[in-house]
This record gives sequence, C-alpha cells and structure tokens, in this order.
Amino acid sequence: MSQRVAIVGIAQTTFQSAKRAQNYAELVHEVVSELFTKTGATHDDVDNIVSASSDFWDGRTISNMAIQDVVGAYMKSESKVSSDGTLAVLYGMMRILSGQYKTTLVVAHSKGSEGTPNLIANAAFDPIYQRQLGIDGLSASALQARRYMEKYGVSEEEVALVSVKNLANARKNPYAQVAGEFTVDDVMQSGYLAEPIKKLEASPISDGACALLLAREDLVDRFTDKPVWLKGVGHCQDCYYLGDRDLAESEALAVAAQRAYAMAGIRDPGKEIDVAEVYDAFSYQELMWTEILGLCPRGEGVELIRSGVSTIDGTLPVNPSGGVLAAHAVIVAGLVRVAEAALQLRGEAGQHQISGVKTALAHGSFGYCGQMHCVWILSNEK
Amino acid sequence: MPKSVAIIGSGQTNHTSRRADVNIPELIKEAVDRALADADLTIDDIDAVVIGNMEHFEGINLSDMWASEGSGAVMKPAMKIATGGTTGASVAACAYYHCASGLFDRVLAIGWEKLSESDTTTGIITAFDPIVERLTLAGAVGGLAIEANLYMTSYGITQEQVAKAAVMARKNAQRNPHAHLKLDLTVEQVLHSPMIAYPIHYLDMCPTSDGACAVIFASEDVARKSAHPPAWVKAAVCRHNHPYIGDVDWRKNTLESAAIEAYRLAGITNPRRELDVIELYDPASFALLSWIESLHICGPGEGGKMIDAGAITMEGDIPVNPSGGVISTNPIGATALIRVAEAALQIQGKADARQVEGVRTALATGFGGSYWSEVFILGRTP
Amino acid sequence: MSEEVIIQHTALRIPYSWAAGAHATRFYREIAEHRRIMGTRCPRCGRVLVPARKSCSRCFQDTTEWVEVGPIGVVTSFTIVHYSEPQIQPMKPPFAIALIRLDGADTALLHLLGEVELSKIRTGMRVEPVFADEPKGHILDIRYFKPVSID
Ligand SMILES: [Zn+2]
Repeated sequence: MSQRVAIVGIAQTTFQSAKRAQNYAELVHEVVSELFTKTGATHDDVDNIVSASSDFWDGRTISNMAIQDVVGAYMKSESKVSSDGTLAVLYGMMRILSGQYKTTLVVAHSKGSEGTPNLIANAAFDPIYQRQLGIDGLSASALQARRYMEKYGVSEEEVALVSVKNLANARKNPYAQVAGEFTVDDVMQSGYLAEPIKKLEASPISDGACALLLAREDLVDRFTDKPVWLKGVGHCQDCYYLGDRDLAESEALAVAAQRAYAMAGIRDPGKEIDVAEVYDAFSYQELMWTEILGLCPRGEGVELIRSGVSTIDGTLPVNPSGGVLAAHAVIVAGLVRVAEAALQLRGEAGQHQISGVKTALAHGSFGYCGQMHCVWILSNEK
Repeated sequence: MPKSVAIIGSGQTNHTSRRADVNIPELIKEAVDRALADADLTIDDIDAVVIGNMEHFEGINLSDMWASEGSGAVMKPAMKIATGGTTGASVAACAYYHCASGLFDRVLAIGWEKLSESDTTTGIITAFDPIVERLTLAGAVGGLAIEANLYMTSYGITQEQVAKAAVMARKNAQRNPHAHLKLDLTVEQVLHSPMIAYPIHYLDMCPTSDGACAVIFASEDVARKSAHPPAWVKAAVCRHNHPYIGDVDWRKNTLESAAIEAYRLAGITNPRRELDVIELYDPASFALLSWIESLHICGPGEGGKMIDAGAITMEGDIPVNPSGGVISTNPIGATALIRVAEAALQIQGKADARQVEGVRTALATGFGGSYWSEVFILGRTP
Repeated sequence: MSEEVIIQHTALRIPYSWAAGAHATRFYREIAEHRRIMGTRCPRCGRVLVPARKSCSRCFQDTTEWVEVGPIGVVTSFTIVHYSEPQIQPMKPPFAIALIRLDGADTALLHLLGEVELSKIRTGMRVEPVFADEPKGHILDIRYFKPVSID
C-alpha cells in the first residue's frame, strides 16, 4: 500500500443476550461517544462513515437509516456494507486510500434478541432448492463439523477443547456474554443441538455494537499515540451450495489468507503472528480456520490447544477474548475480532492482554459454513 | 486527489414487470454476461465483485451468497452494499473506491432486483422506524408527495408541467431497448390517471421492475489499455440526511450539497453549459423539474420553464434521462446503477438510438433512504 | 412511572412468489413426471451439478447437457437436529439433514433422511429417494432419502 491507514480508536459495548434498554441507534451512540471520548475526535473530524448491519436481523429495510444521526451522517457520505464487519473496515480503508477522505468511522450493530435467529438464518437458503428442508445456520454448520472431523480424524472430545479454552478466556473479558470454567465433560454433557454440535459449542446470539476510527497516516497523531496499522487484508467468496464444496476445506479462506499475508509480507504465519482472533461461531470452526490460515498443519488445530500454543499463555494465543463463542452479535462479531486484535496491539486488552504483541491476525466470516472470509493483519509497527 | 478510475463496460437485462423465466442468480448472470461481452472481458479478468439489492424485496437473507451463482463472485473478493434506493449508486461508489484505492484493477459492480417476487410497498414500509413512523408513512410515495406538494405550491409549478415531464420520459424510453415502460402518453392521460398521493398521479410514479445491471470499473492503467473508450469518473459524492421525515430540512437538500461538491471535484463552474446530459434518479415526474434545480441546471422554481422550453428533452441543450429514467424502469437495487451505466454509455458513444450528440461530460444521480443523494460525474478524459 | 421499557412486537408479513427458472422447473418436472433426478453438466470442468443449474458455480459457464443421476446416492455428511423450530422444519425433531452425492453427480444434494433409525445413520451410507405422492414443484417432492435395503 502506498499510503498507510491506522486504527486510531476502538470502542465496543458489552455483549448481552438482550440489551432491552437501548435500541439500535442508542447502541451505536454508546460506541461512537466512547470512541470520541477516547480519541478526542468530534463529528467534525469524521470525513465519512461505513456501517455494517443487516436488514433481516434489524427487521427493517435499509437497516442503516436508524443510525444516521448518531454516526453524524448529516450532509456526509455514509454507506452500508451488508456483510461482516471485517469488510466494513476494508471499505473504510479503501475510501481513505483513494485520497478522497482522511478519516472513516466504521460501525456495526446488531440486536439478535429482536428477531428469530433460526428463521432469519433459514431465509439465507434459497427458496428454490433448499429453504423448505428447514436448514439453518446451526444445522448447516453441523454438516461441516462432521465432515471436518471425519476427514481429519478429530473426535468430539477434542473439538470440545475449543469451548473449554475460549469460554475460560472469556472470564477475563468484561465485554463477553458467555464465560466460565468448563471441562470437556461439561461440554460433552451440554446436550446436542445439531449433532455433533453441542450447546456449549455454539455461539450465543448477542446484542451489541462496535466502532473503530480509521485515519490516514499524517493525521494519526491527532487522535492517538498508539496507532494500529492495517498491514494486510484479503477476502474471498466461495460457492453457495453446501454440496458444491468439500465442507472440510475452505479454498476461499486459503485465498483470503494468502492475499493478506502477501500484502503484509508475512511468510511464516505460525511464527510471525503473535495473537489471532478468529471467527469461531462454533467450536469446530476455530480448529478448521486456524489450520487453513496456516497457523498449524491441517488436522492439527487441536494440537495447538493441547500443546498450549494457542492457549492464553501460549506462543500463539487464539481468541484470548473468548472469541465468537463468548459473544456473537451477527455482523458485529467480525468487527470485534479486529477491535480485539487492535486492543492487544495497543496493550489495552486488560486481563486477557498477551505480552509483547507486534503482529495480530483478525478473521471474519459470512454466509454459512464460511462462504465468505476476510483476513486482516494488523501491527503496532509501521 | 483520488486516483483516476474509469468505466470500461456495462450490461443490462431488458427490464420488465416480471421475469418468470429466470430465477435470481440467472437474472443477475444475464447482466454480467452482457457487461463482460461489452468490455471484451471474461469473468477471469475480474478482480473483485461488489453487489447490491434490498433483501426484503425478495425475502432472501445474505442475498449476495445465493447471487454468487450468477454474479461470478466465486473464488473472488466480493462484498455486498445495500442502502435502499441509492443501492446501485452506492455499489458503483464502492466499486470505484476498490479501484481508486489502488487495491484492485477490474471491479464488477452489480445491482439487481426482482420486484415481481413480492409486494414492494410492504417491503418499503419496513424501512420506516417501527416505533414512530412505520404505521403512518405508506411506502415511497408518501414522502415524495409531501416534497412534490411543497415544491409545486412554493413556485407555482402546475400539474400540467409535471405531467409534461412524465410524457417526455416515457417517450425517451421508447428508444431504449432495456426500458420497462415505453408508453406513448399525452399530458391529459397523465392528469386523468388515478391520484395515488396528491399531487402524484399513477402515471407520474415509477413502476416496479425485474432487472439487473452490471458495470465494470477499472484502474487508470487498465482503462487506458481498454479496447473501448472509457468513461472516466470525475467525481463520486454521497450526502445523507436525518432519518425522521419531520427532521428533514427541505431547503437544505442532499442532492444540492452532493452536486456542489461533485462540481468542485470535477472542476465544473457552469453546470448548465458544461454538462451535456443528465441521468437523474426520478422516482416521480416532479423530480425531473425540481431536482435539476438542486443540480443548479436552472434557478429555484425554473424547472417548469425548462420543460415548457424543451430544454431537457432529447432535442434540448441539456437532455435529462434519454434512457427514460426511473419512472420508466425501476428494479430498485439496480436503478441507481442504471443511471451510472447510462451516463457512461453516453460518454462512450454507445447509447444507440438514445445517444445525445457529442457528450463529453455526463452526470448521474441516486436517491434513496431518508432523502439521501449520490452524484457521479463522468467524462471523456480523466 | 414503571421502569419497564416498552417492547413492541410485530412480524414482517410480506408475500413472496419466487420464479424457479427454466432449469429448476425441468428438475422438478422430471421428478413429477418421470420420478428421476437430473443434473446438468458443465462443459468446462465436466462436473455434473445436482440440483440442476443453468450455469456452473465455479466456471461461470452455461451448462449444456442434462444427465440423469442416482437415484441411489451416498451420505457425505449428516446432522441430527434436536431443537424445534416448527415454522421452518418439515419434520418433528429429532430428524436428520444430510448431504447426499447421487451416483453420477459431482456435487451433493442437501436433503432429509427418513425411514431410518437415527442412531444408525453413518456417512458412506447408501440411500434412495422416496418421492411424494402429489408433487408440488418444490424440494419436498422428494419426501426424503431412506437407506437402500439391498445394495
Ligand atoms: Zn464448471
């Protein structure tokens, strides 16, 4: 990249199953206000806005209409990415790199409590060939979980280790919705939702919002002395029909990761990345995604946990925040992965801070069984 | 200054009230195939895809995922942008920033809608705040009627003048093979058509259409090597407004604000003289008079004189909507992208029977959300 | 005044009528009239796509040939759904959803399993379709797939 863009401010709400006292706009107002307090920025410093939200989850056509005033969009440019928050960061960065804008406010909001999640998920399956089968995000992911586990010989007890690790990490994260000291046995006994996925292996559906302020290199100092540089990004979309893909693989994630690594100059991700926040909507996904991201060989995702590498005190902690398993505001969750990676790079992750973080990976996903992936490499060094 | 970006090809379906012969991805692919053929490219030449529609109009959640069957996004970077009526313009802007950022060289922008598959007005009503406005504002026409009434009574614009604009647009559409309504009308027919919401008659209003549009954006180096004359993007500007209709200040409008900034970026000081053609997002015929005032084509209240003098007809000095515009064709998610595509065709000299002679500079607009506007200026040189 | 915030309940009730397109229409006609499952072949990669598609998802080429597949196929993955969502689920939980690669196809069809003891379902299991008595032109014109008794 010829110019550099940095994250200069980060804010998120706590994530809860139902934030009844706040509507969407008020959730966004909370994070934007916090962002301004932290950075000293005002609406006058915000050149343009990129938001991420969903008409289906909001129950509202043009879901970004509700937040116009709280993001300060009056007589400014605002656009909505109807996809994961990681892509909103990318669009926000593109607008700065174009030279037309100097700063971008990136926000995402979702209130899962106000819709019926399985019905909304079912509506993502086409009405011609699939919808009437009653499939939704959970049952689709279960098909992927089994395929991955059978192809790579991973047991249910091994997959359960992800939930044990991440929900324990979440105890150190005040923003998390689900946290606790669970054993493999607890996970195994938590009851099947869609086999082989059990209750403690499925992310909760959350209410919450997240915001980042992006700035061009020459303006960074105005807002922070701890900029987090956007070093590399890649995104890629896979085939739609689950039966068109080998669900144990994800070529789209591999391509996205290669693009991000090439842009950031990463040659050996397992060695060069200090912390990773990956999109573990279900426990098996952390294993699959970390393998395909090249953090370990295929089939050895569980070894990362067992050997202590990806635990919070390991050499490559994965989801020290607790990940999506601990809080899953749809669309927001990808933006939170970027926010958490940035907090680690600023040394502001509180109790789940990893020491000496210089390079962090954040990963977002969208569509079922990871049809779309976006990978970010962030650094606190230019 | 933003890096130079150009449009090097476009394609549209033949828009109509119902395309029962194709499903959603099949409809999209028709437009994409035509755009690729127009630019002498194959899908392998495309680096990234930006797509948009409004989910509730077809009841498809994550619509970009199923759309990948026809969008060509498989194994490519892709993102979905959705902003209401402005969607097509927002998609175009996002594709523009993909190239202007320096990250991508050939980006496919797609807008589509199959409005025959649902009740569009019911879908639009869900755009309004469910707590305050949804029960009182009836779809798109309510707000437009308020604005039309205010405009006509403020300046003494007659219903006959507005009807003349409706007749002109439908006449222009007869020369456009892609247009939906190619009506041969008289002013009397418009005035005697049913009143939907005073002062807007049935024949003043846009239809609902099935259709898709695809536009290929390219970075400067690629555009210069293009086999066909490119249409260079001189300005891409977006302005948003307050979300509640009662908060909207009718004297300070987003279209005027966006146009002023676009003229500044494009170095235009006298739009009436320097623009050769306009593709205006006209959801109802009064906009053909009122909104060209916002674009500073004439003074406040002079829109009526413009139609009386024939200035905005195909034979006039500043033809508006040679394509027939939105009141002739309206697949919502594609509608604003069609404006951009039609403006590009005029620059490229490819508009066939609807070609305006000697077009060097063209302007296209998008309208949507709560009185949001987007303005593009295209030219023969960067 | 009560501290309780107001929650307004509603549902979006929008009627939809989706065009299946010519290829899905033939796919369902073949089931209704001939009780056979058809895929389409991509001229570029040679894959037989099931359910039938107008174009290849990977190659962006229009498919050129109709190919009869199955009716027997193999389960490549499955899940047993334990939660209830009566508005969308066609069977009472627990029930099985599976990906089934029909003989002669290169992609797997998403469908339901029936007439089977849920604990006995395995990947690799061979299954055959049970057609609905009165086809309606949608995916449940195949009621479900059941294990092949004698393979
Ligand atoms: Zn193929």
